Amino acid sequence: MTLVFGLFNYWVAMVLMMIGFYILIASGNLIKKIIGLNIFQTSVFILYISMGKIKGGAVPILTEGTEIYTNPLPHVLILTAIVVGVATTALALALVVRIKEAYGSIEEDDIHEKDGSL
Amino acid sequence: MMSAIFANLPALQVILPLLFAPICFLLRKRGAAWLLAFCVSLCTFAVSIALFMQVSAAGPLSYAMGGWDPPWGIEYRVDSFNAPFLVLLSLMFCVTLAFSYKSVEKEIVQPRHALFYSAFMLCVAGLLGIVITGDAFNVFVFLEISSLSSYILISFGKDRRALTAAFQYLIMGTIGATFLLIGIGFIYMMTGTLNMADLAVRLPSVMDTHTVRAAFAFIIVGMSIKVALFPLHVWLPNAYGYAPSAASVFLAATSTKVSLYVLIRFTFTVFGAGFAFGAMPLQPILLVLAVTAVFVGSLSAIFQTNIKHVLAYSSVAQIGYMVIGFALASHAGLSAGILHMFNHAVMKGCLFLVAGCVFYRFRSARIEDFRGLGKTMPWTMGAFVVGGLGLIGMPLTAGFVSKWYLIMAALDHGFVGFLIIAAVLAGSLLAVAYVWRIVEVAYFQAPDEVHENGKEAPFILLVPAWFMALLTLYIGIDPSLVVGAAESAALSLLGSTP
Repeated sequence: MTLVFGLFNYWVAMVLMMIGFYILIASGNLIKKIIGLNIFQTSVFILYISMGKIKGGAVPILTEGTEIYTNPLPHVLILTAIVVGVATTALALALVVRIKEAYGSIEEDDIHEKDGSL
Repeated sequence: MMSAIFANLPALQVILPLLFAPICFLLRKRGAAWLLAFCVSLCTFAVSIALFMQVSAAGPLSYAMGGWDPPWGIEYRVDSFNAPFLVLLSLMFCVTLAFSYKSVEKEIVQPRHALFYSAFMLCVAGLLGIVITGDAFNVFVFLEISSLSSYILISFGKDRRALTAAFQYLIMGTIGATFLLIGIGFIYMMTGTLNMADLAVRLPSVMDTHTVRAAFAFIIVGMSIKVALFPLHVWLPNAYGYAPSAASVFLAATSTKVSLYVLIRFTFTVFGAGFAFGAMPLQPILLVLAVTAVFVGSLSAIFQTNIKHVLAYSSVAQIGYMVIGFALASHAGLSAGILHMFNHAVMKGCLFLVAGCVFYRFRSARIEDFRGLGKTMPWTMGAFVVGGLGLIGMPLTAGFVSKWYLIMAALDHGFVGFLIIAAVLAGSLLAVAYVWRIVEVAYFQAPDEVHENGKEAPFILLVPAWFMALLTLYIGIDPSLVVGAAESAALSLLGSTP
């Protein structure tokens, strides 16, 4: 049982990771690909945030009488990674807008038919 | 004042292009933006030379970013492995900028010039950061800075396929970077540290766990995407093929090498050769993939109609040689791999500069545009021949030196070594085929009537191309400097493993 509930967060992260990865590969729509990419990245954020949790750990602010704190570092790291994720999404969306203007479509198959790219 | 500058050289190396990139964007004016970028590139180059001298004189240099001592703070670490890479990167930064003034003028619409230069500087800052940092998470951050800006650089291409190439690279690159992030997360979970030197100390005690093995696999696969190791190379040909010439020059010469640098750094410094090549089957996997890359890359290059695609597929093959050297994991093999990373950067830089010169005149770089160029653009084609001979590995060029060292290294590996030597030689023959195709068109076919006006490329474009061509010849004739750098780099990597 601990394998399932004790590691619940990690299971969620893993399932999300695979869902995101699947969308990324299987979907022919560029926007859906970006959504898949986002889910994929978010799963890694959850993985990091979960590892910062320490059983019985308090909020990481120095207080009298507290011995164990949660680890704040993974959270800080993931704050950076979230910013990176936002930038990636913004850039990807901007590219999709330009692709739509140039090709008149955001479906992989249509674009491939036009000049063999993607 | 001077001592303050010298004390902070490692920070300056990255800060200079990073800080001036937004200023460059604010300038808006084309000439001013270029001038600023060029000045910054000269300063960056000076800094990298100073760092290189300092490291070769006094050994590894550690810099605590913001005064926070490692392993708590972010450490910048310059040793004999990454100092030459800093020099290479900033050299390519200067050369590409010298080339880009005219080239960008022709290939990118006027209002976007400042944007191009600032994206370019961000890309350089990211690559320099990846190389100089001694912190595993910092690698990820800089990797994303450089990747995001290179997607932008690629999407500047005039052809609409540049957009789809950039999108495809974005998807694959982000997967690669996220894999790296997962890997770093796993090793952080096991050790509680992100500093590479500290990781190397703490990892051995937890080495025999699934988490560390998974972390290793994630990092290797993730970085292999960025390295464009076969079969993860599909993003590369279109990305280099449709990017603006200046961007292809810089990316082809540096970006895959920096990713390979990360791969080598993590394998040897963080995980250690004993784990990577003993406990994990890294060597057979990499060797098989690299040898396949040599064949697939070279064969595909032969059938391309656009010269930039020829060069891009040839990059896939050449990356194969570098990975072979790395996968041999011996001192000789590793130095051959590192040597080829430098030499290939110089040669491929030269060839992409030539492609840029031709593109400048013809607004395309198809093979049929090369008809008669031996007569109409003799200087451009001269540089191409030098770079092409380098790719083949003719004596007196840089390519010969690194292939020679690679073959010598393979000789120590018995039967597998012979197979590798056979692959290297076969790859060189295939390189003869794809280089000869272009040389033949240029020297033995009459110029097109339509393109009679194809004059020699402007002097200012020829200078960087010939600079790289002469560098190719110089390394081929007197390789002592590069070989020495590569050998001490390999020594510092193998020496740092337990």
